[in-house]
Amino acid sequence: MRAKTSRPKDEGQRTKDKVLGRRIAQHPILSFEERNPINFSFEGRPMTGRQGETIAAALAANGIRLFRHAEKTGRPRGFFCAVGKCASCLMVVDGQPNTMVCMEPLREGVKVERQRGRGKLGDCPRGDCPQNRFYP
Amino acid sequence: MNSTDIAIVGGGPAGLCAAIAASRLGAKVALIDDNDRLGGQLVKQTHKFFGSKRHYCGTRGMDIATILEQELRALPAEMLPGTSVIGLYGAVPQEQSGKDRVEMTNDRTLPFPLSTSPLRASTSNGTLGLANRERFFKLGYKCLIVATGAAENNILFQNNDLPGVYGAGAVQTLMNVYGVKPGARVLMVGSGNIGLIVSYQLIQAGIDVAAVVEALPRIGGYHVHAAKLARLGVPILTSHTVLSTLGKEEVEGAVICKVGKDFKPVPRTARSLKVDTICLAVGLTPLSELLWQSGCKMVYVPELGGHVAWHNENMQTNLCHVYLAGDVSGIEEASTAMLEGRVAGAHAATQVLGPNPEARRILAESRAELCAIRQGPFGDKAACGKARLAECAPLGTVPARGLSPKPTF
Repeated sequence: MRAKTSRPKDEGQRTKDKVLGRRIAQHPILSFEERNPINFSFEGRPMTGRQGETIAAALAANGIRLFRHAEKTGRPRGFFCAVGKCASCLMVVDGQPNTMVCMEPLREGVKVERQRGRGKLGDCPRGDCPQNRFYP
Repeated sequence: MNSTDIAIVGGGPAGLCAAIAASRLGAKVALIDDNDRLGGQLVKQTHKFFGSKRHYCGTRGMDIATILEQELRALPAEMLPGTSVIGLYGAVPQEQSGKDRVEMTNDRTLPFPLSTSPLRASTSNGTLGLANRERFFKLGYKCLIVATGAAENNILFQNNDLPGVYGAGAVQTLMNVYGVKPGARVLMVGSGNIGLIVSYQLIQAGIDVAAVVEALPRIGGYHVHAAKLARLGVPILTSHTVLSTLGKEEVEGAVICKVGKDFKPVPRTARSLKVDTICLAVGLTPLSELLWQSGCKMVYVPELGGHVAWHNENMQTNLCHVYLAGDVSGIEEASTAMLEGRVAGAHAATQVLGPNPEARRILAESRAELCAIRQGPFGDKAACGKARLAECAPLGTVPARGLSPKPTF
């Protein structure tokens, strides 16, 4: 999080962020080091986040706030607590529904989709999804 | 199965201090936290703390997290970051003889017989089920310290579930940990210290704060924080509340209005504000799930933020092997959480290892400091809540294997 002067690795992305203004450029106390860009997709659209951040932070930096539609009412939901307590930010990540994206670190190439309703368990394309690793 | 003397759940200020105190006294400690980084909510606190030097005054919260983590790293404590507690078994391990038997004063009856758990034969007083990103595993413990902290409250208003209505802590995490702006223009609801400090931090991050609304007729937090905002031209509207959120899929505005003495909206005072984010700083609720599950006596104390486990001055619940510390024992601040952690850690270590003059010193000192802090102008509420606990003391303490309910020094 804090001060370390390192060289910007992606001038293009940095300018884009600055233009969009969703990343803090100047701060009196904190200085955010330029971290490696991480490419991921949201609803099939390519997006770029930064290494070391959560999926929720990367989406917020890309201007995405609507994460899912509630199971009963279908109302739009985003994150609320951002620390893994409220379960308002559940999304489908690499086919795995109910992933708490405010806690899930951003990985290269990860596919993030909005969740509608409760999602379906058991159709996880990855072999290492939680239900498999806890109950093999 | 692995086992430890003291399992501590939660690596925030309370958990870290408990781990440091217990580990220094020679107990085998395991500290569990679901975040990859220890420090709890300290990691996003960019403001400097008040109080005395001993309580890290003048140091920013995020630096205190680093200091405490380094202190703990120098000790032989086991750290389990990125690990969630997903189970708690055998919390009442000992067969109670007729004489010692204490009726559980909980209103809730547990759906399963804890005392017939298969762990009865082991030397542990209970077992935690843990899961990290790779695997599930179990950890036996003699003493458990629950330092899980608190969760942010929401309040009722129309469309309070739209994306863009964020907790104050979420806003802090987003901007101070990840450097991402939560929005361009924010309405802050609540003028307690969190509301005031986060408003100031929003401005530091280059985000506009449209107003701070407060339902009470006076500002809730310290004057020094409110004055900083006032100097920057942020209106702090007392006797005001948020009525509804505008927007269909996301927050596009907010309607605020005046409230009377009865906290009901005053007619014809509603007005809309052009904001894209509504930040709620309307209090916290202790995260007591583990304590509920452990079967200890729970008490509803509004001054402490909701249901808390009954505890004595040693932060011990009526189950003599279960402790708690920090916001889960009543909503206060990081300074008191650290002191409570020290008390819980030192007392649990004494239970496991036996009498120790150093533990006695830590206990006496930390308890005195807690009293001193709670005598301050903003400590009233917590002091009052803790006094309420004393009024509803349980009939007795439930003993545990290998521990003496009242250690002698």
